[in-house]
Amino acid sequence: MSENNASLTSISGRKDLQLICDLIASESRVLDIGCGEGDLLDLLKSEKNIDGRGVEISQAGVNACVARGLSVVQGDADRDLKHFPDNGFDYAILSQTLQATQRPDSVLKELSRIGKKLIVSFPNFANWRVRFYLMFKGRMPVTSTLDAQWYNTPNIHLCTIEDFISLCDELDLKIEKSFILSNDKIKHVESSAGPIMNLIAEQALFVVSSHIEK
Amino acid sequence: MQEIQSDTSDKGSIGGESKVHVFDTALQLVSGECLQPFSVAYCSWGKLNADKSNAILICHALTGDQFAAGDNPMTQRPGWWNTMIGPGKPLDPEKYFIICSNVIGGCSGSTGPASINPETGKPYGLDFPVITITDMVRAQEKLLDALGIDTLLTVIGGSMGGMQVLEWANSFPEKVFSAIPIAGSARHSAQNIAFHEVGRQAIMADIDWHSGNYHAEKTQPRKGLAVARMAAHITYLSETALTRKFGRNLQDRDALSYGFEADFQIESYLRHQGFTFVERFDANSYLYITRAMDYFDIAAEHNGKLAGAFANSDTRFCVVSFTSDWLFPTSESIHVVRALNAAGANVSFVEIESDKGHDAFLLDEPEMFKTLNGFLSSVAKDRGLA
Repeated sequence: MSENNASLTSISGRKDLQLICDLIASESRVLDIGCGEGDLLDLLKSEKNIDGRGVEISQAGVNACVARGLSVVQGDADRDLKHFPDNGFDYAILSQTLQATQRPDSVLKELSRIGKKLIVSFPNFANWRVRFYLMFKGRMPVTSTLDAQWYNTPNIHLCTIEDFISLCDELDLKIEKSFILSNDKIKHVESSAGPIMNLIAEQALFVVSSHIEK
Repeated sequence: MQEIQSDTSDKGSIGGESKVHVFDTALQLVSGECLQPFSVAYCSWGKLNADKSNAILICHALTGDQFAAGDNPMTQRPGWWNTMIGPGKPLDPEKYFIICSNVIGGCSGSTGPASINPETGKPYGLDFPVITITDMVRAQEKLLDALGIDTLLTVIGGSMGGMQVLEWANSFPEKVFSAIPIAGSARHSAQNIAFHEVGRQAIMADIDWHSGNYHAEKTQPRKGLAVARMAAHITYLSETALTRKFGRNLQDRDALSYGFEADFQIESYLRHQGFTFVERFDANSYLYITRAMDYFDIAAEHNGKLAGAFANSDTRFCVVSFTSDWLFPTSESIHVVRALNAAGANVSFVEIESDKGHDAFLLDEPEMFKTLNGFLSSVAKDRGLA
């Protein structure tokens, strides 16, 4: 997951980190899944005084986090989330991590149990550059957002914005806010549904609430 | 209580102090028995600050002692955790008041089976009550109370020391600001109980053991204790480390002897480990302390749920394991981490890459030092020390 985070740095400068920071209320309890070397947790700690925890798969990432004073455990989103208590956190964050998990649906389900709100960001595989790449080159797309080859990419479950919205429907998750990133700009959109957003967004970020009021 | 011994002479480069506290009060043991009076021997380094907020307790392993840093006056060897304690090291006496006490049941100054039983005027031997990890922690708590320390900035230890750290968080959560169990476990595994039983049987099979009354016979079960140590020592290492250090190299010879001398370097090394150990360790202490480890199972007192031990805990945990440790493997640490997560506790967990086996926690492991430096600085800051 950390490798993946690194590979996305080039395009966004991790602008999504500042966006996530702006979305989170001060003093809240935050769980960051796939926290890499702890950049987001560190930012949230200094700017929002949060009580933060992280889960990171790579030993190097975890060691770096703990060495900078963050509370991070070595673990795997696919395997270790079941040990966290219900509603233990105000926010559970999957920043550029969902597409690197074995079962994104199970991970989202577990996180919706653990966090009152989820913040999920991922690269949009329906972006026009990706579509053109596949259509005209006939090869697995390699773009500045997705810069690894098909055989060495950590992104084993890429999806599009439409796919994500439909999965949220299936899992009874309510999308509260949507943001798209295109041409290096972050844009708040009323609804990310529809063919245009799906075409122009390089990355998407959603705030999802775990409990739909029925 | 009274202080019967105070030795403030310089203990090596960092100038520790070695003392013994004698408690006239009774120590209530988990078994239901009491120990009265009892003594706790300890060393300290650094100074307690005015707020009494910079105290760190080090818990030693099975055959460790209070001489964690500086020179050990009993063995004339360097303290067992000199790599960790000292100016500029993770446990820095210029910042922290560091205490390490000998466990109850031990043999380097605290009350143990070799101590005099006040009822008979002779060494306790097997009349010494069976002690547990919890009892060790209770004795340490009495010592800290006597020293006027309410809250520990950190309690840290490896192996059996890691067990005591977890027991501290279980027994006295309000007194533990942070806890660092290294290469530890919340329960002793079947395999580890098995190794301990081999060691105990070796001691008890020695004719010089005399059912624990060897002091009266003016002897010691040296061979049994040496064999126990040799078997245990193997479990502290890893196959990789043994192969790297010894391989199949021969000891002081060019050819096999076709006999049962120590042909191989590894045999010679183990024999040396065994025979130097008996010079510094009491055989009955070995029986009692291994038993305490075998009995250790924190979850048992919480209906089998380890998370129950850490419910509502405000303690910050930093759990550390080593990749090549097969005695207290990473899976044991993960078991603890999962329980801490389930309890909603504040936990960090790092597995350090090392091929040195269980003993890695005693050795120069830069990645471990880096982790502990980061964790301790952050904890010290939260406690208002930085």
